[in-house]
Amino acid sequence: MTTYTLQHPEKGLISYTDKKRYLWLSSVFMPIFPMLGILAYLGTGSEWALGIPLFFSYVIIPFLDWGIGSDENNPPEELVPQLEEDRYYRVLTYITVPMHFIVLIAIAWFVGTHDLSVPALLATAITAGSYSGLGINTAHEMGHKKNRLERWLAKIVLAVPAYGHFCIEHNRGHHTEVATPEDPASSRMGESIYKFALREIPGAFRRGWNQEKVRLERQGLSVWHWKNDIVQSFAISAVLQLGLIYAFGWIMIPFLAVHNVWAWFQLTSANYIEHYGLLRGKEESGRYERCQPHHSWNANYIFSNIVLFHLERHSDHHANPTRRYQSLRNFDNLPELPNGYYGMYMIAYVPWLWYRVMDKRVLALPHINGDLSKVNIDPDKRDEIYARFGGGQAPTAVAA
Amino acid sequence: MAIYECPGCHYRYDEEQGDEHEGYPPSTLFDNLPEDFTCPDCGVRYKEDFKRLSDS
Repeated sequence: MTTYTLQHPEKGLISYTDKKRYLWLSSVFMPIFPMLGILAYLGTGSEWALGIPLFFSYVIIPFLDWGIGSDENNPPEELVPQLEEDRYYRVLTYITVPMHFIVLIAIAWFVGTHDLSVPALLATAITAGSYSGLGINTAHEMGHKKNRLERWLAKIVLAVPAYGHFCIEHNRGHHTEVATPEDPASSRMGESIYKFALREIPGAFRRGWNQEKVRLERQGLSVWHWKNDIVQSFAISAVLQLGLIYAFGWIMIPFLAVHNVWAWFQLTSANYIEHYGLLRGKEESGRYERCQPHHSWNANYIFSNIVLFHLERHSDHHANPTRRYQSLRNFDNLPELPNGYYGMYMIAYVPWLWYRVMDKRVLALPHINGDLSKVNIDPDKRDEIYARFGGGQAPTAVAA
Repeated sequence: MAIYECPGCHYRYDEEQGDEHEGYPPSTLFDNLPEDFTCPDCGVRYKEDFKRLSDS
């Protein structure tokens, strides 16, 4: 296993060994997991086998996070440049890109060539969507990087879930507006994930499209020009998905519709839990304060992090958006979710349970300390939340 | 003509070269970039955060 060392003028010899070096292969092989459900079906003939991948994601992974626990490994800041230069890590993300295409095509072949019941078809489409949602995670890792190859690969892999606007809107929009009421990708206290999805999915597309329009207009080009990064990615989606319909028939239409929506909903789920209720204060200039570590929820669990390219070390990601996954660090006293992302998704899908688990955690954060004026609250729920937690009606100044 | 650097991710804006992808042609002065300019690479540093490095 590689050990990184540095002779520091004040601290002496600093060294770090990434104990997760080979565990990161899990992020590469995670997209293969849905194939195990299909193999089990082909072996047993039971449609119940098709539910195995979903059971693994939403039941087994939360238990593994709970059982294996949190990750105390942290690369020293001084060795981050060496870790960033180690090409092994980025090659893993490159390999993940074709995996997503192969898995979707293989599942489409299975659906197109087997006579499945409607529930089995639905489970298979949701399974495919949940793993293509991981493609958005892969694109997220690469789309933040500076080199052209990685940005291109991000655009290509976004074609699988048909979400080509993601990198534009995320890097330029979400990171700029995160933890503010203006950000369609930051959820508000009292806002259910379903209400959030209806704000986030169209809001993010509009924001990404407008940003690309402004960029192209500066070049004197139409927003429909082929240089539009969003158009390029969606063009690949069209070739892929029309090709699947041509190859495997009309059954692909409901299959791909469910697949696409569920893949998008995976991103919605991540966005929902990453900044719930958190709010940046405003400076005297009227500009929001810079995003601070306490403006993101983290989940420092080993298992779900190794299948998500460290996405759950989210505070460091927002502080250093171009930093590579292997270098992301955990810090004490950050907003911490009580389980990994998959476990928290399950809780989020039951809104009353989510509020019960999370609202008190939002209010208990040291920088909020029960002060509702420091919380990003759903305007429709403001009075109700003030009545419950604030001891009365919302002050007019805050409600305005 | 000068070079300006993002203090967060070290993206460099060279006035002499501009930034073609972002739609800023060569010789576009940093001062003439939009007031809401944010770092094209990291997105979390504003125009006023950029440091002037040197003349190019």
